[in-house]
Amino acid sequence: MTGVAIAFLLLAIVLVWGGFVASTLFLSRHPELESFPPGGEDDHREDEAPVERDT
Amino acid sequence: MSGAKGSGVTERPREQWTGQVGFILAAIGSAVGLGNIWRFPGVAYENGGGAFLIPYLVALITAGIPILFLDYAIGHRFRGSAPAAFRRLGGRWLEGLGWFQVMVAFVIGLYYTAVIAWALSYFVFSFDLRWGDDPATFLTADYLQVGDPGLSFQFVPSVLIPLVLVWVVTLVVLGAGVARGVQRANVIFLPLLVVAFLVLVVRALFLDGAADGLNAFFTPNWQALGDPNVWIAAYSQIFFSLSIAFGIMITYASYRKRRANLTTPGLVVAFANSSFEILAGIGVFATLGFFAFQQGIAIDELEGLTGVGLSFITFPAIVSQMPGGPIFGVLFFGSLTMAGFTSLLSVLQVVSAGFQEKFGLTARQAAIRVGGVSAILSVLLFSTTTGLLALDVADQWANNVGIVASAVIMTVLVLWVLRKGPELRYHLNAVSTFKVGGIWVVLVGGLAPVVLGYMLISRIVTLTAEGYGGLPAWYLVLIGWGTIIVVIIGAVVLTLLRWRSDPERFTAWPPYPPTPVEHPAPPGASTRSPDGGAS
Repeated sequence: MTGVAIAFLLLAIVLVWGGFVASTLFLSRHPELESFPPGGEDDHREDEAPVERDT
Repeated sequence: MSGAKGSGVTERPREQWTGQVGFILAAIGSAVGLGNIWRFPGVAYENGGGAFLIPYLVALITAGIPILFLDYAIGHRFRGSAPAAFRRLGGRWLEGLGWFQVMVAFVIGLYYTAVIAWALSYFVFSFDLRWGDDPATFLTADYLQVGDPGLSFQFVPSVLIPLVLVWVVTLVVLGAGVARGVQRANVIFLPLLVVAFLVLVVRALFLDGAADGLNAFFTPNWQALGDPNVWIAAYSQIFFSLSIAFGIMITYASYRKRRANLTTPGLVVAFANSSFEILAGIGVFATLGFFAFQQGIAIDELEGLTGVGLSFITFPAIVSQMPGGPIFGVLFFGSLTMAGFTSLLSVLQVVSAGFQEKFGLTARQAAIRVGGVSAILSVLLFSTTTGLLALDVADQWANNVGIVASAVIMTVLVLWVLRKGPELRYHLNAVSTFKVGGIWVVLVGGLAPVVLGYMLISRIVTLTAEGYGGLPAWYLVLIGWGTIIVVIIGAVVLTLLRWRSDPERFTAWPPYPPTPVEHPAPPGASTRSPDGGAS
């Protein structure tokens, strides 16, 4: 491969895959807010949640 | 018309993903589809190679992610598929936009299944390289048995059988519901897709000529950046790739619990989708480099670098020349089938959810009744000798006119007419760990409709003036514009029908404008936090 093609291959990996890694790390460190506005725990009319089981 | 039957109707609990990871996997499964594999590599190559990365990332950040957040905000705040969510957001007339999106998804579901059926057939054909020495003739004459433009009911068994199989599996998954069906399928197929495609890419990198292919793909053509069409191509690629603006992400976000992070998982989904596109670019162009090397020609002399041509003509030809070709073919067509299948589920969940909510159906009832009608129409239209042409034309109009129009109308009505930008931004920030600033409203309300509106108008002008694919005008009117007319009529009729339960008997959470409860603000102070946040 030519130098410029290698440079752009690396740039794509750093920016796009790096964005994926960075957003995943950010999510793992900040998975949910610690406090919410009052309410919103469930919706008795339509949104009674089943048991939460994170996969 | 409220349309509710009142107390006689028993409300069922709303379905939910089992958690954040389940939602993210399903959303990535939806975004990563056929276009990631067969569209992105060719589009990037033809629009500046490595230099395309710049407009591509700009489009991702200024339009793709903002519109994705808009879909999330609408679906999550108003807790419904597109018709219910828009009804709650803007009243009955906006419900029509939701049904327009459902009808676009309905049409796409009819032919998307056919392409997956082809990929499934080629997955089987890979074992004995059934296409022989001339994959182009095999595809059109032997496999699809393509006839003249028209409407034929001469079925092609080799397409009919896998198509029926795809519909049966799809409807079983949809009938099992969101968590036990759609999510479970994604949890199985998405990791399998990534592993299969990674193996394929690693194999491709060790082929003769792979470096030449990667040189062609990544070498930048800086002059392309001065061409407005390259920028439009980047916005188009991002827009069509992310499954945005036709109800999918509205529906998927509605199955999250109310206190659920939205924007940060959205970033993960968007970058995961683009990461797969880069991976596909590497795999496809390393393989094309091998093909050019075998023929003793340059990459730019190759034909069939995108779409059906790339997948069902060029790749089979390459597989035939490759040591261990059958394994490579199995990996490629297996990946194509899985990527398409997880996207198909999301397209049809839009339709299923819309009918479930309006007509009080269970997931199983919707799968059998609505899915059954879809399956019959799909088989009648796309497993015949005229299936390929009908599919090509319907796809052209449903995507480039239907989805883009849906996006333009949605952003204009929601942001400009109803001025819901600040409320939706407040909602995103009230539940998410990644906060969006006021620029988000500018991007979805300003840049998005301008760019998408330009795409829509220029495509309509081109289709009207130049036609499409050299096909007769009557055929384009019947299948192309006919698709759009069916979508509009369907949207009007479905909007006019009665709701089984009143969709407007609903209170959005958190309330907007936010009302201070525990510590009232001093007199004269604004009740809104300056950044639109809620913390």
